[in-house]
Order: sequence, then C-alpha cells, then structure tokens
Amino acid sequence: MTEPSPIVEMQGISIAFPGVKALDNVDFRLFPGEVHTLMGENGAGKSTLIKALTGVYQIDSGSVLIGGQEQHIHGTAEAQSAGISTVYQEVNLCTNLTIGENVMLGHEVRGWSGVNWRATHRAATEALAKLGLGHLDTRRPLSSISLALQQLVAISRAMVTDSKVLILDEPTSSLDANEVDGLFQVMRGLRDQGVAILFVSHFLDQVYAISDRLTVLRNGKYEGEYLTRELDRTALISKMIGKDLEVLKSLGSNRQAEERDRTVTPLVKATGIGRAGSVEPTDLDLHRGEIVGFAGLLGSGRTELARLLYGADRPDSGEVEIEGKKTEIHTPVDGLDHHIAFSTENRRDEGIVGDLSVRENLILAVQAKRGWARPLSRRDQDAIVGKYMTALNVRPADPDRPVKNLSGGNQQKVLLGRWLATNPELLILDEPTRGIDVGAKAEIQQSVAELAEGGVAVVFISSELEEVVRLSERIVVLKDHRKIGEIVNGPDVTAQEVVDIIAAHGTEAALESDIIDPEGKD
Amino acid sequence: MTSTLVTGPSGAGTKSRAARLVDTAARTWRTNLAALPTLAAVVIFIAMIVYGEAAYGRILQYNTISNLLINNAHLVIIAVGMTFVILTGGIDLSVGAVIAFSSVAGLMLANAGWPAWVVIALMIGFGTAFGVASGVLIQFFNVQPFIATLAMMFLARGLASTLSTKPERLSDESPVRSLATKFKVIDGERVNDLVLTPGVLIAVLVIAVGFFVLHRTRTGRTVYAIGGSEPSAALMGLPVVRTKLWVYAISGTLAGLAAVVYTARLGIAQNITGIGWELDAIAAVVIGGTLLTGGAGYVLGAVVGALVLGLMNVLITRDGGIRPEATTIITGGILLVFVLLQRALTARKRE
Repeated sequence: MTEPSPIVEMQGISIAFPGVKALDNVDFRLFPGEVHTLMGENGAGKSTLIKALTGVYQIDSGSVLIGGQEQHIHGTAEAQSAGISTVYQEVNLCTNLTIGENVMLGHEVRGWSGVNWRATHRAATEALAKLGLGHLDTRRPLSSISLALQQLVAISRAMVTDSKVLILDEPTSSLDANEVDGLFQVMRGLRDQGVAILFVSHFLDQVYAISDRLTVLRNGKYEGEYLTRELDRTALISKMIGKDLEVLKSLGSNRQAEERDRTVTPLVKATGIGRAGSVEPTDLDLHRGEIVGFAGLLGSGRTELARLLYGADRPDSGEVEIEGKKTEIHTPVDGLDHHIAFSTENRRDEGIVGDLSVRENLILAVQAKRGWARPLSRRDQDAIVGKYMTALNVRPADPDRPVKNLSGGNQQKVLLGRWLATNPELLILDEPTRGIDVGAKAEIQQSVAELAEGGVAVVFISSELEEVVRLSERIVVLKDHRKIGEIVNGPDVTAQEVVDIIAAHGTEAALESDIIDPEGKD
Repeated sequence: MTSTLVTGPSGAGTKSRAARLVDTAARTWRTNLAALPTLAAVVIFIAMIVYGEAAYGRILQYNTISNLLINNAHLVIIAVGMTFVILTGGIDLSVGAVIAFSSVAGLMLANAGWPAWVVIALMIGFGTAFGVASGVLIQFFNVQPFIATLAMMFLARGLASTLSTKPERLSDESPVRSLATKFKVIDGERVNDLVLTPGVLIAVLVIAVGFFVLHRTRTGRTVYAIGGSEPSAALMGLPVVRTKLWVYAISGTLAGLAAVVYTARLGIAQNITGIGWELDAIAAVVIGGTLLTGGAGYVLGAVVGALVLGLMNVLITRDGGIRPEATTIITGGILLVFVLLQRALTARKRE
C-alpha cells in the first residue's frame, strides 16, 4: 500500500492543566481513507488530543498540520471550516428541533425571504441519503428517533460541511450490536469515499472490526502507532496498561488457595442484575470474609456493576438477595440500610469534601445514616475519629485540618474510615489505591485484608491487575459491560491469565460467560 | 421512544398496515406537541371572548378590540423581546425598570426641547444599552441571567429615580405624542369604530419581524438550538456567544421601544412606571406556551398571552362584581394552569 500524505499531522503536542501533564510530546497522524483508532485507558489523553485537534483546548507546544499546512484552530467553528467535524459520545444535537434542522443548523439554505425550509429539508434529506438514511422524515422531531439513529444524524450533519476528517469519540457506547453494525457500515462507506476517520472506543472487538491503524496513548504519552492487523490483542492491552508481558507473567499470586465453602447462603446474591446501557445482566455471589476483585479495563463496566450493588444506579433487571432474603436496593440509602458501603473511584468529586475537616469527613456517612436531625455527640465523634485515624494511620494526625490539605493516600484513608465507621457488611472499594504512593497503598491493602478477616465482604476494584490478583480470593473479569469470567484465585494465578481472558474473549467466540477455574473446583 | 425504534439503516419495513397507521398518528401528535400549549392559549383566548360576549356583551365589537390593542401594545412589544430571551433558556427581569428609565429620561429631554426623532432614538438606544450590558455580564462575566438582569433592574430603576421622582408630563403638542394619534380604520355606528394608533402598528411590525428572525434566519434557529442544549449548540459550531448577546440586546431594545409607545399614549412618565411589567411579560410568554427552560415556543404565543392578560382585565372591569384585588390572583391561577399543562406535556415527551 503506497501511503498518501497524511491529512492531519500532529507533532510533539503537549498540554498541561494545573498539576497534570495531560499530553506530553504526543505525535499523531491521520491518513485520508482510513479508520484510525485512538487507544488508551481513561485518562490516557485521548479526549485531550481530540480537543487539541478541534481547537477546544489550546496546545502548549507542538504543531498541528492539516493538509500539510500548519494551522492554529480556535474553537469548533474554525475546525469545521478546516474540514474537521466531531461526533461526541453524548449525542450533541438539539432534541427540541426536527431531524432536518439538526442536520442543517448553521447551514440552512437561504433565499430572498430568509431560510428556505423546503430547500433546507431537501438538502438534509440528500445528506442523510448519503448515509443510507434517505427514508427518514426530516420534519419529525429528533427526539422521535432512537439514539443510534441520532448518532447517524450527527454524522450526516458532519458531512454537510464536506468534512475531510471525521472524529467519532466513543460513538458506540450507547448502541447495541445491530446499531453498531449499522454505524460501521456507514463508517466504511465514508472511508471508501476518502474521509479520514478518527475513532475512539473502549470496545476492543469493535476496534479490531473497524480500524486500519491504531495509536496507543498511556498516561498522556505517545506509546506507538501500529497497523491493526500487526498488533494482537494481548500486545495491545499490555501497551495500554504499560506492563511488559514478561513482567505480567512473572507476577504470581501471594494468596493462598483456601477452601471456602461457597455452598452456604452468600451475603449478597445478585441474579441477572443489570442496567440498560451500562451493565448487561450479571450473576454475582459475595460471601462474608471474602475479597472479590473486579478486573477489566476502564470502561469495562466494573464501576457500573459496583454502583448497581450499592444502589447508586437503579438496576432495571434482575434481583438481589441479602442473606437469602429478596431485597430492593434502588438508592444509596437502601444500600446503607443494608450495610453496604461504596467508596467511589472519583475521590475528589464524589468522595471527600475538601473544605471540611478530617473529623467532619470521617463522620459524614454515620451522620447521614442517623439522619441530620440527630447529630452525633462530640464524644461519639471523637471515638470514631480517634479509632479510625489510628487504625488507618492517617497523617498528619490532626482531625481538624481541612481534608484537601492531606495527601491523596491519606484522603483515601479518610474515605475508607468514613465507610468503616458505618460498620458495613459489604464494602465496595472502587480504585482505592489510584494515584497514591506505594507506602499508603500497602497500608490500604493491609487494612482491606484485615477487614475481610474480620468477616466483611469486600469488592475490590482496581486497574492494577497485580493488586487485584494479590488481594482477591475470587476475580470477576468484565469486558464490554458484561461479566466474561470468574477465576477462583490460587497460588498459580497470574495477572497474565486475566489479560488472556480479556484478550481471548472475541466477537462471536464467547457470547456466554465461560467460567475459568484453574483449580478445577467451583 | 421505544415505539418509534423502527428503522436502522437497513430498514425494518415489515410492519402491518395498522401499526403504520398508529405510527403516523403518533408522529403527527408528536410533531405538533411543541405547538400544543400555544394552541391551548388560543383556545382559552377564544373561550374568554365567547364567555365575555355571553355574560357581559359588547366584547366582540370594534371599540373594545381597539382599546385592547391600544392599551396592550407596549406589553406585546416587551413580550416579544422576552420570548427571544426565554427561548434561549434565559430571563430578563430588567425590562420594566428599563422602560421607567427610558420614559423619564426621554420625557425630560423632550421637555428640554430636543427634537422628537432624537428623543425617540435615544429612548430606544437606552434600552439597547441596558440589554447589551446584561448580555455582557451573562456571557463574559458568567453571571446568571436572573442575577445579571436583576442588577440591571435595580440600576435602571435607581437611575430613573435619580432623574425624577415626580410624574413628568409631556406637553400635548410634542411630536412624540403623534405616535398615539388615533385613526379610524372602520367607521362603525356611533362610537363603535375600529381605531388604531401608530403604536399598535409598531407592535404588529415587531411581531412580524420577531417571527421572521426566529423562523427564517440562522440567528433565530441558533436561538432555538441554544434553548435546546447550549453545549450542543456550541459543539455544532453555532455562534452561541454572539447570539446570546443579541438576544438580550433585542429584549432591551424592545423595552426602549415599548417605553416610546407607552409614553406617547399616556404623555406621562414616572420613576415607578413599569413596576412588575417584566413579570407580566414573562406571564404572557409562559401562557403563550413557551417553555421556561427554552427551546420551544412562538412569538405569536406571547402575543396571545399578552392579549389574554389584557382581555382578562377587561372582563374583570366589565363584571364589576370582582374586586380588583382578585385580578392578580386570577392571573396567577391562569399562569399555574399553563405551567402544569406544559409540565404534563414535557413529561409525556420524555418517556
């Protein structure tokens, strides 16, 4: 294949936000007539790179060449006139307007008496017809068609401006399999017309189904550009999570293979629990004293599943039994009432309250559970604060310091203490060790292990597979919003095994969950 | 939504005829859903006329209609401006106070011997200035529309009071008053004539231009898009900043114009002129079926809303038995019914 010159060439792009280097010297090329996927975990810098290209963010250093010429793009309108259109994950159209208006907004056909609606709708129909949507009635409100069709309408809108570059930022996240196929047909059609498509998706299967080329980012850094057919899934995953295959293989589990009697009634038994668009129906048992790890790439549905268990999101299918009794957990208050605690992955926004003191943050959940009309006495507060600050070794040991002044690791300990103070029977920890230093990490892992020994059921979610493997008795593997396997942990289970499961789980090969049980016991 | 999931790009096309008929009916219903509250306003307006005619008589005759139009021309004008603002999801609380300032300042200038056309231009210009100031506060200083226009309201009212706290009178010879000259369009029996003023014609022109801008220009469509979803509009590359500035400038300008029409008719202005008119305008817009959250509604709805309010006053006066104090209670009741109606409709849409 002779390569034409790239339509987009980004060289040495760096963008810094306060405290974070979002992009660090990243290169990116996009050729006409190809589908190029940007891969990386959440926070790897994919969205930042796209926003740098579309002029939403200004770049600190580096250059953007479009059609061989250096361009400085400020804002969406300029990007559009440079031939770059973007379709975002959340459909960015106006549901209060008609389909035709949405396609043509800002490009309405005008005559002597202002907008000529007949001609405008005709043009909209033509644009839609190019994507095989000519049958849509452009005078119907946008809200009357499905999200998948809205997504395609957004693409036809992009094509009205004769875009040469089409950016699709996670367009498939809310589509079902058939709808994804429809979208891919459209994408292939556009590609064959010479449009350069930049695609972002968390779904590996989709990436392999549609893309010609991949660029991998990790932690804001450029990891490499590959032809999709030359990079297998396992290699791709290890590039995304940044662990060498050999290192992954050598990491063994420190966990002893204990025989746990799983025939007793579990503390929590979820059957077919799911929520449209976030988690496919899933079965799950959680036993007292057991640490269950959720493993999977970011966006695989592990947080979403945890949120269903706690009641942060309302499940729309399945049922939950707690100690054998059928229970409805639809709100966090339901969760708390059943002694379920959920520590969020989003420490800063959903976890700690930065301006409140350590003391106030620690007692928050207990107080919420009691109701605000019955404030905790100072003595009760001191008891809780004293107990957990010592137990978790929160430093500095000053309960009246605003929590935002603590290090990330200590903030996480405060958060953990907050939930422990409610005496949970099921503790869900979503990324409790992300972004904290090694020492604090070890202390938190230690605390979690002790909790489990004390009889608490723990769900442990982490992007660090080794950590999951080290701590968990059982590992639930998730991918593409569904549970694809479950491993009973043992001395010879390695992180590599989990990676293999994720990579092996192909498109049609395994629609049903295959339970992998290395010990031969279940 | 699930019922209309019909068509992937491959097309389903295997529906029975009956199902298709149901689909068509559902579509027609849904397409016109946005217009329904406005339609309801028209129906209520007609019902009020019919009831008034039956109960008190002399409603559907030239002089009553003439008075209704002449007395409410200023309200119609600010209601049109308010429609633009509310369509973007904003609000403009300053219009009443802007009218007070513009009227008092204009009258003082006219009495000081400034030529009429300069005075009129300045009165409108004052309104534009306040509108632009609100828009700048909202767009560039990130102030909530409610707060920004509240600040402008206090400012304008305060400035009006600084100028004068006594009623300012415009001499009857002033050319400004010619805008209120009544001319007979249809000569009826005795005093039953259809009479209009240039003020009414200005209001009609404002309605026509407002309709044209909203439905026939890109700026107008951007107004609707912003009301539907401002972030989406921005991501579609529409000129959101410019359009929002425009919208507040339009509302302010029309407030200035309303001040001209009003003072021309009354020949009197005071710092307390126009108290609560912004709320009347909002009420007119809401009764006319525009969603307060923006994105749906019509200029004509606001006009009907303003006329509903005007007609209600006429009916209450005619009745004689209703205490004037009850007027505001009835206004509130009508407003509530309309908002509840909209609630029900949007809830239905969302499923």
